[in-house]
Amino acid sequence: MNDPMQPEGLRLERVASGAEHPTSSPLSIHDMTVAYHRKPVLWDVDYDAPDGKLIAIIGPNGAGKSTLLKATLDLIPKASGIVTIYGQPYHQQRHLVGYVPQRESVDWDFPVNALDVVTMGRYGQIGWFRPVGRRHRAVALEALDRVGMADYAKRQISQLSGGQQQRVFLARALAQDARLYLMDEPFAGVDASTERAIVEVLRTLQRAGKTVLVVHHDLQTVAEYFDAVVLLNMRIVACGPTADVFTEENLRKTYGGRLTLLEEAANALARNRGSRE
Amino acid sequence: MIWTLLDTQIVIIGALCAMSAALLGNFLVLRRMSMMGDAISHAVLPGLALAFLLTGSRASSVMLIGAGVVGVLTAALTQAVHRSGGVDQGASMGVVFTTLFAIGLVILERAARNVDLDPGCVLYGALEPSPLNTVTLLGWDVPRAMLTNGIVLLLNVGFVTLFYKELKISTFDPQLATTLGFDATWLHYLLMTMVAITTVVAFESVGSVLVIAMLIVPAATAVLLTDRLLGMLLISVAVAALSALLGHLGALHVPGWFGYPGVDTSTAGMMTVVAGGLLAVAVVAGPRHGLIRRALRQLDLTLRIAEEDLLGLLYRFEEAGRTATRPQMVAVLQQAGGLRPWIAHLALRRLARAALVDDASLTPAGRRRARDLVGAHRLWETYLDQHLELPSDHLHAPAERLEHITTPGMRRQLEDEVQQPTHDPHGRPIPRDETSE
Repeated sequence: MNDPMQPEGLRLERVASGAEHPTSSPLSIHDMTVAYHRKPVLWDVDYDAPDGKLIAIIGPNGAGKSTLLKATLDLIPKASGIVTIYGQPYHQQRHLVGYVPQRESVDWDFPVNALDVVTMGRYGQIGWFRPVGRRHRAVALEALDRVGMADYAKRQISQLSGGQQQRVFLARALAQDARLYLMDEPFAGVDASTERAIVEVLRTLQRAGKTVLVVHHDLQTVAEYFDAVVLLNMRIVACGPTADVFTEENLRKTYGGRLTLLEEAANALARNRGSRE
Repeated sequence: MIWTLLDTQIVIIGALCAMSAALLGNFLVLRRMSMMGDAISHAVLPGLALAFLLTGSRASSVMLIGAGVVGVLTAALTQAVHRSGGVDQGASMGVVFTTLFAIGLVILERAARNVDLDPGCVLYGALEPSPLNTVTLLGWDVPRAMLTNGIVLLLNVGFVTLFYKELKISTFDPQLATTLGFDATWLHYLLMTMVAITTVVAFESVGSVLVIAMLIVPAATAVLLTDRLLGMLLISVAVAALSALLGHLGALHVPGWFGYPGVDTSTAGMMTVVAGGLLAVAVVAGPRHGLIRRALRQLDLTLRIAEEDLLGLLYRFEEAGRTATRPQMVAVLQQAGGLRPWIAHLALRRLARAALVDDASLTPAGRRRARDLVGAHRLWETYLDQHLELPSDHLHAPAERLEHITTPGMRRQLEDEVQQPTHDPHGRPIPRDETSE
């Protein structure tokens, strides 16, 4: 939970040292720690996303990539940390943030068609209790068209292939018309044409001045698709422009050899707290 | 058996209960929380007992508040046990509702023994006598159960209408709902409160067994019959109402069929049986997922493959300068593909009707089609030979499967990949599409 007192001191310290987060950053994470069942999975994450860039988050399984996104969006509780979106707390800026969860996180047998799912991206703009209007459905249809799925608008979602389902998710994010996008493995298990379509959408978003963070698995394509990289393994190992930080040494630090010391500490913490109860 | 006003009223009350439950049940079924109806309907018992103990009143309002509180408590405790205990949602539900139900029984036994809060009545309800208990509304004598269940139905319709979009998104994708500002947790508790209220009001009339059935069975039926959420809601409500009508008719007449004329049985029980029957019908005859439909689709596919195999066979016979009789062809197909003779005969008849085959030889149209198939087969053999380096006796079977799914686009790609050969690995000519040359 956010403790307003403790980070304040830290922030003053950072202001004094001239290291205050630039308020223009689309996403600013300060001192975020997240624990599952008291076992920390993310330690002291500090990150300022550069504006208008395509950013890959990479790291081995269990490195906390999805956790980072979910904790940022308040979908799971944080042990500590502050998240600001364009300089304001996240809960005031929800409308600026678009989220693309992992495809497997929903039930694709749900009785809705592709257009219904994309229209859900507009619900934030529509607001509580008001029905979906024609205008919003038109925006949704346009978003479907942008991912090359307009012909499938009336198709029940279980009849779509995995790649098509992923495109529907992407279209939903487009319909949201956010400024910052957080995408959890949009490239997972898609065919080559969907991958091209997704990359095309990412580039379009970038041209429109949006900032996109993408949890990514395929190290081969990082340099080709992304301007900046976050290398994550329970903590941020390195972050910055792809050309600078996507190096063999950083990759080795991220993937090679688990962070045995941190992990041991995490296990010990979990044990201690467990036995104290 | 004469249909009286009483019968009409019984059906209406049963239908009102069933429709209220069915409407909310859709969201339980879609959230994969079907057991939550079961859990809440049992768990409300201590809520009812405590509400009675604290106030000494059996007034509906008191009971409803007790039920609402326990409904939310059940949902919250289920989450808590699920999270902290690391057990799955279903197990967690099982722990919570049995414990709460047991606490309710203990309270009833110890403290409220003299009061008419009878567990048996909670389970089975009392639908048939319910029209006799009337209240006066605007000068009319209206059965109390009809009034209360009618109000609950209106409440639920209002709830689902008002929160339609919110329920839809938080059921389909709770994470996205939360990030868009529609707190999925809050909506979940609201839904559970409505389920608890619906359950308690329906208890009196139809008992908890029917409520549980009506929360789940109509929705489970509806999801098999439609691909849209709104359609599912409407169908489930229709199934619920139909169950009430047919259930009461069944309760009156079914004992007679089994040699007990003049005897009737529990309407609530028969409603559940009817709902189960309707579900069975949907499972068998559903338009997209039904067993009949699936069997037909399977048969259609088998026939199509048999037809294509027949065309290929005729083409190969022609190539070898031989002719075949129909029995010969059927025998070959049976031997090579394990095809039942009746399917082969049916396939032959369909080919003749499509003017692809005339008696036992190919028509020009049939020859073109057969050339494509055999061409695709030999191209695949070539492809598999070149790219997978399979031994030559391993080529036929996969090519046989692939030839049936080869689209023109795939075929062009295939021809490019194998560099337009004229013969397959067995040295047989690959027939070319005349139009492409």
